[in-house]
Amino acid sequence: MTPDQFIFLLCAALIIASAIMVVTSKNLVHSALWLVATLFGVAILYALLQAAFLALVQVVVYIGAIAILFIFAVMLTRRELRDKGPQLNQNWGLSAVMAVFTFGGLFYILSSWSGFSAKAVEIPVGTDPLRMLGYALVSPDAYVLPFEVASILLLAALVGAVYIATASKK
Amino acid sequence: MTFWNDPINFLAEWLRGVFMGWGMAASPANAVTDIIGIVVMILFSMGIAILLVWVERKVVARFQDRLGPNRIGPYGLFQPFADIVKLIIKEDITPDGADKLVFNMAPVISLASVILIWAVVPLASKIYGVDLNVAVLYLVAVGSFGTLSVIMAGWASNNKYALIGAFRMVATMISYEIPMVVALLIPTIIAGTMSVKGITQAQSGIWFVILSPLGLLLFLICAIAELGRSPFDLNEAESEIVAGFHIEYTGMKFGLFYAGELLHAFTFGGFMAVFFFGGYGGFFGLEKLSAFTWLSNPFIQLVVFLIKALIGYWVIMWVKYSMPRIRIDHMLLFNWKFLTPLAFVLLMMTALVDKLLAPTNFYVLGMFLSNVLFAWIVIEILRAYSKRERSVTVEPAEPVAQAAHH
Repeated sequence: MTPDQFIFLLCAALIIASAIMVVTSKNLVHSALWLVATLFGVAILYALLQAAFLALVQVVVYIGAIAILFIFAVMLTRRELRDKGPQLNQNWGLSAVMAVFTFGGLFYILSSWSGFSAKAVEIPVGTDPLRMLGYALVSPDAYVLPFEVASILLLAALVGAVYIATASKK
Repeated sequence: MTFWNDPINFLAEWLRGVFMGWGMAASPANAVTDIIGIVVMILFSMGIAILLVWVERKVVARFQDRLGPNRIGPYGLFQPFADIVKLIIKEDITPDGADKLVFNMAPVISLASVILIWAVVPLASKIYGVDLNVAVLYLVAVGSFGTLSVIMAGWASNNKYALIGAFRMVATMISYEIPMVVALLIPTIIAGTMSVKGITQAQSGIWFVILSPLGLLLFLICAIAELGRSPFDLNEAESEIVAGFHIEYTGMKFGLFYAGELLHAFTFGGFMAVFFFGGYGGFFGLEKLSAFTWLSNPFIQLVVFLIKALIGYWVIMWVKYSMPRIRIDHMLLFNWKFLTPLAFVLLMMTALVDKLLAPTNFYVLGMFLSNVLFAWIVIEILRAYSKRERSVTVEPAEPVAQAAHH
């Protein structure tokens, strides 16, 4: 077993264990913190795949923004910070079935893809994947249109949020 | 490769050879060498943190016209060790109703978030943890663990002051992260790379502080806010919420928060040096002359880096001990209505001037003058704004007794 495999196994165990804790933990803030651990594990996976940029964006966006937003929402909307609600509602059976089918479907589609069992290719020295990604995002024959559309969508969401949050002046 | 040209790689090669000599295979030998390297780096940064306790106490004493620690060792140099012993033998209290695991994890994550930054600090051209091509983003990503540790500490302490402190700290950190990221993009644009080593090398001719003095100012303000130091020390605010998020921590757990804060301040001083003052290099091309080739020696570079970082740290302390605390609404207003728009306009201007003037001979002059012009416009706008604010006369409030008649 190479050190990389050892780190991968540790990290996979961390992801699965903390993902289970997210749904089984009774305390909402604990769930959010376990979610942070899960997302951090995914970031480690990206780092193991030599995708440093993705790993860091994973940390910035999911831990730095979304998880902290979760924790804040929990803290600000609960009167008692330590309250323990029921973990399941009546739709739990249906969602479990849906989750299994989603996983099975994704697994089936991915297993028929040629890259599924291929070994990760070493990135040749001298190429800068980040630079290539940057060029791909802004070049007209690659992703400039989806990139700009996503930006406009986010801007619209931002303006909408400000509009809703502004107190009406009556 | 000798020890004097490339000490870290020389030692690593030697260690690897020793391990292989013991019959280890190549890949575990590499892994063990890497782990030893990581431990050495952490020990180095913690050693600096111990020294910083002394520096901080000595400097604050000078600012307040005192002598500071002067009993233990020459100039009180061994005071931090006495402090450590004191912190270790203090009673370790976990408050009733605290969330034990989260409470105990918070100081660890707080210190870890600072030590993680040291993975990318370029101490010298041959002494650094890793040369990431996204190091600038790494700095921001690791900062979010600091935010997380503050939330954890504030929430798990089961104390209202702690929670209020955590809320304030997180509000500051999340808000000031935006101009901070923009300020970090300015050296990125000028150097054309996000690698801190690349940014350092790009400054071998001229420091970025000359090309973008406003970028430096922006970075300094945001760094102080991220650190939660005065004038942005709302998270601690002794007179209002006693000590903020670390109110319930005793002994070495408090010590971890304290060491983390000092080391964080020093690290930001170091990054100020890296992004705007040439880092370990930046001798204006002097090292290329045959008489000055010794400037490229890693040990000289290490000393140069540490001196520059200490100067940056000193500026942060200087601000801390001379400024009163600002109010939370002013803090948010200053960020969202002033710093953030300023940062974005500055970024656009820098990118534009950089692209337009890069091939010409007026590059340095143009960048500098555009910053001066921009600063002048901002000051004029602020002056007009404050004049308008002052001209608004406030109607004297009607006495309550009279108002009741209407």
